[in-house]
Amino acid sequence: MMKFRFRRQGNDPQREKIKQDLFAFNKTVEHGFPNQPSALAYDPKLQLMAIGTKSGAIKVYGAPGVEFTGLHRETATVTQLYFLHGQGRILSLLDDNTLHLWEIGQKEHCSQLEEVRGFTLPGRPGIESTNATRVTVLLPKLSCDLLVVGTEGGGVHFLELPSFTLQNKSLFQDEIMQSSVPEEYKCGKSLGPVESLQEHPQLPDKILIGYSRGLVVLWDLQNRHADNVFLGKQQLESLVWVRTADSFVSSHSDGGYMVWSVSSSTPCTHEPVTATIPYGPFPCKAVNKILWRTTESGAPLVLFSGGMPRASYGDRHCLTILQDSQHVTLDFTSRVIDFFTIHCTDRDKEYDDPSALVVLLEEELVVIDLQTAGWPTIPAPYLAPLHSSAITCSYHISNVPVKLWERVVSAGLQQCPLQTHTNWPIRGGKNLAPDPKQHELLLTGHEDGTVRFWDASGVSLRPLYRLSTANIFQTECDHNDSLTQAGEEEWPPFRKVGCFDPYSDDPRLGIQKICLCKYSGKLVVAGTAGQVVVLYLCDDKSDHMIDVATVDLLQDREGFTWKGHDRLPPKSGSVLFAPGFQAVVLVQCMPPAAVTAVTLHAEWNLIAFGTSHGFGLFDYHRRSPVLARCTLHPNDSLAMEGPLSRVKSLKKSLRQSFRRIRKSRVSGKKRVLVSSPSSKVQEANAQLAEQDAEVTPVQRRIEPRSADDSLSGVVRCLCFADTFLRDGTHHGPTMWAGTNSGCVYAYALDVPSQEKFSEQGVEALLGKEIQLMHRAPVVSIAVLDGRGNPLPEPYEVSRDLAKAPDMQGSHSVLIASEEQFKVFMLPKVSAKTKFKLTAHEGCRVRKVALVNFSSVASEDYSENGLVCLTNLGDIHIFSIPALRPQMRYDCIRKEDISGIASCVFTKTGQGFYLISPSEYERFSLSARVITEPLCQVEVDRPHDPSELSICTTLPPQANGTHKTPSGENKSAGDAEGVFDEMQSPLSSPALDSPNSSADITLDTTGELTMEDVKDFLVTVDEAENNLRNMTEEDGRPPGILIN
Amino acid sequence: MNKNHRVPSSRSLSAVEVKSKFGAEFRRFSLDRSKPGRFDEFYGLLQHVHRIPNVDLLVGYADVHGDLLPINNDDNYHKAISTAAPLLRLFLQRKEEADYSAFGTDSLTRKKSPAALAAVLLRPDANRKKPPVIISLPKDFRPVSSIIDVDILPETHRRVRLYKHGQEKPLGFYIRDGSSVRVTPQGLEKVPGIFISRLVPGGLAESTGLLAVNDEVLEVNGIEVAGKSLDQVTDMMIANSHNLIITVKPANQRNNVVRNSNSGGGAASGSSGRSSDSGASFYSYSMPGATAITPSHIIQNFRPEEVESDDEDEDLVIEAGGDARHAPRPAAGATASYSMPSLPRYEPHLNLRHSNGAMATSASVGSLSGPDKGLERSLERRNLEEDGTVITL
Repeated sequence: MMKFRFRRQGNDPQREKIKQDLFAFNKTVEHGFPNQPSALAYDPKLQLMAIGTKSGAIKVYGAPGVEFTGLHRETATVTQLYFLHGQGRILSLLDDNTLHLWEIGQKEHCSQLEEVRGFTLPGRPGIESTNATRVTVLLPKLSCDLLVVGTEGGGVHFLELPSFTLQNKSLFQDEIMQSSVPEEYKCGKSLGPVESLQEHPQLPDKILIGYSRGLVVLWDLQNRHADNVFLGKQQLESLVWVRTADSFVSSHSDGGYMVWSVSSSTPCTHEPVTATIPYGPFPCKAVNKILWRTTESGAPLVLFSGGMPRASYGDRHCLTILQDSQHVTLDFTSRVIDFFTIHCTDRDKEYDDPSALVVLLEEELVVIDLQTAGWPTIPAPYLAPLHSSAITCSYHISNVPVKLWERVVSAGLQQCPLQTHTNWPIRGGKNLAPDPKQHELLLTGHEDGTVRFWDASGVSLRPLYRLSTANIFQTECDHNDSLTQAGEEEWPPFRKVGCFDPYSDDPRLGIQKICLCKYSGKLVVAGTAGQVVVLYLCDDKSDHMIDVATVDLLQDREGFTWKGHDRLPPKSGSVLFAPGFQAVVLVQCMPPAAVTAVTLHAEWNLIAFGTSHGFGLFDYHRRSPVLARCTLHPNDSLAMEGPLSRVKSLKKSLRQSFRRIRKSRVSGKKRVLVSSPSSKVQEANAQLAEQDAEVTPVQRRIEPRSADDSLSGVVRCLCFADTFLRDGTHHGPTMWAGTNSGCVYAYALDVPSQEKFSEQGVEALLGKEIQLMHRAPVVSIAVLDGRGNPLPEPYEVSRDLAKAPDMQGSHSVLIASEEQFKVFMLPKVSAKTKFKLTAHEGCRVRKVALVNFSSVASEDYSENGLVCLTNLGDIHIFSIPALRPQMRYDCIRKEDISGIASCVFTKTGQGFYLISPSEYERFSLSARVITEPLCQVEVDRPHDPSELSICTTLPPQANGTHKTPSGENKSAGDAEGVFDEMQSPLSSPALDSPNSSADITLDTTGELTMEDVKDFLVTVDEAENNLRNMTEEDGRPPGILIN
Repeated sequence: MNKNHRVPSSRSLSAVEVKSKFGAEFRRFSLDRSKPGRFDEFYGLLQHVHRIPNVDLLVGYADVHGDLLPINNDDNYHKAISTAAPLLRLFLQRKEEADYSAFGTDSLTRKKSPAALAAVLLRPDANRKKPPVIISLPKDFRPVSSIIDVDILPETHRRVRLYKHGQEKPLGFYIRDGSSVRVTPQGLEKVPGIFISRLVPGGLAESTGLLAVNDEVLEVNGIEVAGKSLDQVTDMMIANSHNLIITVKPANQRNNVVRNSNSGGGAASGSSGRSSDSGASFYSYSMPGATAITPSHIIQNFRPEEVESDDEDEDLVIEAGGDARHAPRPAAGATASYSMPSLPRYEPHLNLRHSNGAMATSASVGSLSGPDKGLERSLERRNLEEDGTVITL
């Protein structure tokens, strides 16, 4: 114990310097598709695309490799995004009704995205979610000096850019109503919120204002005068100018669109030129957005989202492309968030001539080539939909040999012949990152039985090849093809686009473990139903039978009946395989529990696999099982329940979620204004719930693990090694297996020489069994050579790719359990060094890897380290074999269990983990090996407002986590104090953001009364009036900023 | 086994002078300090030099502190030899006449003179008022808990060591989050803390009487828990569960050890006044039979320099020869050495009070290992049945 108290590492300055040169923690880039995207914008001049998300992140993409990320301090949905044309500035509107200005700035030759300032329209925040001054639409003028803001109350306000100074020339509905709207249209009703604002394509002083009720006004900013009024009678959804400016198009909630002609001679237009409901005559859903693009070839291209017949296809997510007689209804698997076309914006040109359509869906980005006949899709070089089927495991291979790389790439190219070869249309910015020195592959296993191969060498994760294992099994969903065939003739002319498919055909197909030999192209993939598939990489297509072998891991253990799922029946007869990885052998574990560990030694032609019942060894060359060993504890009943214990965990998770709901209600209630009797009751209830929580505090039982613990037989790790197991003079092939109960089995293998593979079988003899005293699950086993380095991979030595391991000095084995690391000398298995992580830190090991760290100071210097991710989400680095702690970094939030579970490390000190179902965060632990975006965007900004900016940006954090509470927006104006004063009597003390109101409305949905509605109506007027009073008052400084 | 030999230091003379007393008779002889041999050889030697070949003996010796301690196995025999300086004084008694109460701390010093000791030990039967209560020897006890580091801790804190190792009894306690009030330069401050929330009746924690509900946990095995979450502390305790040392701030501060008091008055309140972690002869028992009897093909990973913290933490390695799966050698070995001939003779007695608090040092509450061992043995057998080669400690 004294040892602990005085345990202190000597701070050797020299060692500290070396550590600095070796280790550095950086979160470098996010791969994949942003989770829950909510807004889209495009700058045709800079050719940059921006995507906003529900967590408040903004991601900007240009040419492949050009990406920036910004994160709002408030975790609020980004509802709208706009580029200031060509300036490298982005305007964002959050659903807490705040406006934010972002800038792409230069830092050390690289560009970065920074928030410059924020703004909130003044108003009465008491009834936040239905605020009259809630912003509905924005229009930054092309000239970039003025921002037009449309609100829920129907007012239009004008802000100077980039200072966000409110000009006192707001336009209110009654001004329109009184001056230009004919009496018969008024009917005493308001015009409703502003739905659309569009700048005149030729006259910058004129804007088109569309109100929800259907009225559209062409407003002259200079003269404060309505040039034209269009008396639309259908509820308006969107507006778009026709390039020639002689007409515009409006889309409506009844599923139709109208073309209106604009002429100076008729100030008041009653009827449109044409009105069409494309999918009528039966009731249709709203056309949310419409685009009208002129083409040189004649007929304009009409693109709109929605508008599907309500009854028959109301649930489809569609976007229609219309040109002349051509009509395609793109049928997506997820909601359309927004879309834009890439077209000619040069004012001198006569036509739009769109080249591409970019559609942001909830789960993926689809780009359509509009210049090629048939409108094919263009594969995206980034924003890969990682989660097209849920990711179940991941595996990383660094330094992939060129030969394997090329074969995988060519196999992938042959898979998708339908894509066009048009270049990626979004080409803004310059990628400054050097070309990756080596190829890296990231393999993801998915729930639908596919394995996807990604190019992880650089900043953008690119899909290379997709392998499906479902085709070797008989599943119930094989008859899909005929169904889709029949659907060809239907109206509307649907076309399935996109690859997001959240529905798994059969959960048993799910991939659990992957192991690839990068030198021989042999791959082992193991799944949920105990299937272990051995695949060979083959450049030609093939039609062959698969050899099936069944391995009984229970080994005649009596008294056990498997209650879980059945095995997947393999297809009888031969199966056709495309070029690529082709299944050769299927080993079926019985009982068919999920495979928990798998490993491959291509030089010995052996695979090892483990489940919750035991492990097996299989010679795939001779197609013969070598060994099966049951690891089940006789008292373990849960092991027979199937994939994890459903009963137990469900009960637990239900209880936890109830607790969470209750907690969130309690915290939600605190923000409620205590006024009505009902809310008092609620408050009392909340207090009761709080007390209740105090009566039964969370407590934890302190009890050591016992041999009887459930699922103790689960095989957690397997490894092959050529080492000394039986005596110190003869080394040979060995296989190691570690279980959940802290037991390690080591087998000596008798592998025949290469020439005799076919004649002679492999034999396995149990060499040693080690029972770790603390019984914690064994997470990883690795053998170290005489110099303490990890043994090289199979083929690395025989192909001169790695130094031969030191077979002179004595080998040792590193066993990492959930609680501690231990190095044992071989063959005696005497403990040499150890580190008790849990006893010291209270955290448990989740993932470990042996990593080679090379120094930034010297090309030749490198150290091997043990990298460990704990259940608290922090990463520790230890030296091997001394097991001295070197570094500790916080990496993942400890609550983010799936993030921790998904983490993989590379051999060179990088890592990946899922920050959402669709995104990997890439991080680096090495000071030398870092893959991060380095890019530059040339921007043209008239005057630099950064002098004014007081705003500092926070480094973005994964998962939308914010370290600071929703911060005050720094204002640029000098009138802050004045307005604060004005605002204070109106504002309620306990409200932080309108976002919080979501909780309240959720909780009280049932209790909305007529009074509430009336209150709301009154306050809308009041707010409008307030705003007007303020803006009209003399002497008040115009810059009004609040938060 | 015998990686476990504690090799006597070679600093002193190579021979140990032995003075052995049985009844009124003395025998003097010497032993080679470096090669003490095994206890049964020594036992045979005693019987031989006293010429009492068929008498069952109880062997005791006076240690450096003047305590009368038993010699009944290899470990305490070696301890006795290695600590003899230079004379080893032995007291032999007939087993059937033995007065077990004489063993323990202070048992000799209080009497001051060997003569008085002899008077106690060799008191004629006629002087006894009632037949002696036979309680088990210390070797049949295993320490289950102790209070340690009393001298270095504040009086308001208590450091408790729980010996879970080899026990069937559960540790038997729960912890929870809570808050405690600390005095800081800024005034009183409420800080989060970890507290004992429940003791399982019959569990180790409850049976020691050293821990109570609402005691605040300050340290686990020397590591402060401040700033750690409940789950972290839980994991730390479980990781240390074989030898758990918890520093608590007892909710009930009335039973605190008062330093500088002359007597071991604390014994009455269930806590010991002595700070020792107990004599080495006791300590070595914390590894029960299993170590001593592990057959020779089971290797202990033993590092002498880390004996203190590690000897409960040894992983078991089984060398499986080609025939290991078929030959249940470990089973045979285990069974043989578990069958100790003297076991059934001792009745379970838990009351140590009549020893005048002398036993309070380390075994606050002793538990007989007899039944435990029986359980262990059956457990052992169950495990062995499951697979010929697996042994769990």
